[in-house]
Amino acid sequence: MAQHIVSRQIYYRVFVTLLALTLLTIGIAFIDLGGYLNTIVAMTIAVGKALLVMLFFMHVRDSSRLTWVFVGVGFFWLALLLSLTMSDYLTRSWVAVTAW
Amino acid sequence: MPMVLRRCTLSERPAALAPHFDDIAQQSEASHLGMWVFLLTEIMFFGGMFTGYAVYRSVYAVAFAEGSHHLDLVLGSINTVVLISSSLTMVLAVHAAQVGQRQLLVGFLLLTMLLGLVFLGLKTVEYTHKFADHLVPGSGFLYAGPHARQVQLFFSFYFGMTGMHALHMIIGIGLLTVLVWLAWRNRFSPMYYTPIEIVGLYWHFVDIVWIFLFPLLYLIGRH
Repeated sequence: MAQHIVSRQIYYRVFVTLLALTLLTIGIAFIDLGGYLNTIVAMTIAVGKALLVMLFFMHVRDSSRLTWVFVGVGFFWLALLLSLTMSDYLTRSWVAVTAW
Repeated sequence: MPMVLRRCTLSERPAALAPHFDDIAQQSEASHLGMWVFLLTEIMFFGGMFTGYAVYRSVYAVAFAEGSHHLDLVLGSINTVVLISSSLTMVLAVHAAQVGQRQLLVGFLLLTMLLGLVFLGLKTVEYTHKFADHLVPGSGFLYAGPHARQVQLFFSFYFGMTGMHALHMIIGIGLLTVLVWLAWRNRFSPMYYTPIEIVGLYWHFVDIVWIFLFPLLYLIGRH
């Protein structure tokens, strides 16, 4: 918005944090955490980075509540798409199907 | 006479304010919400590809990890840093516009474009290597091992998703070119710099897509 100016210091701090998280995610990829844990950790770091970019670089933090609703709705539909699809594919092996 | 009335009010309004808005703040809010609606469609567009990726990776986990090993981790990591840096220069350009520093604004926009071009250049190097290694899906795909077909599927996702991402980068660089031109001609002021912010939103969104692509494509099965 035209009125709110964020200090450049905050941008530099967010930038350094993003670089640190990038190094972290590369480092952790070389450690075997077992099972799905590697993917879960990598995605958690990615979500954290995306949140930093949205809140500070995209100024969502200082945006109107209506903007928050718009952003939230977007990720809600994405969550629906992913969770409903994967709840099918990840549970197929639970039921033994012998013939179609 | 409505025409006369309209002309009178127009003369009191800022030049950048379109006639159908009450004030600059309302106009800016409308632009931001409109851009976010567009970005929501982009989230769902990339979301479809991410969902497809999730389905096939859950089925062919071993082959996807094997395919990931053939990607260049060094170039991918450098590109991640390049893209994050371009997000910083983009937000610094918005800041320069807010405080009315035209030269800094033009400089940061050019720097953002330059980093975008470095990203695309490194991507081209990566693509060239994949062509040389016969890892591009299609009739030229050559891969030894029991998972050849599934590895080809991984590379289909790799080229589809990074290709779409690269296309967005190219469009972003085009938009930045227009902004540099406008900024150079002094079309922005601390009162009106909405186009800089809107293109900034787009640029950061493309950065976020890469933030997810990088670990999903380059970092699986590295341990």
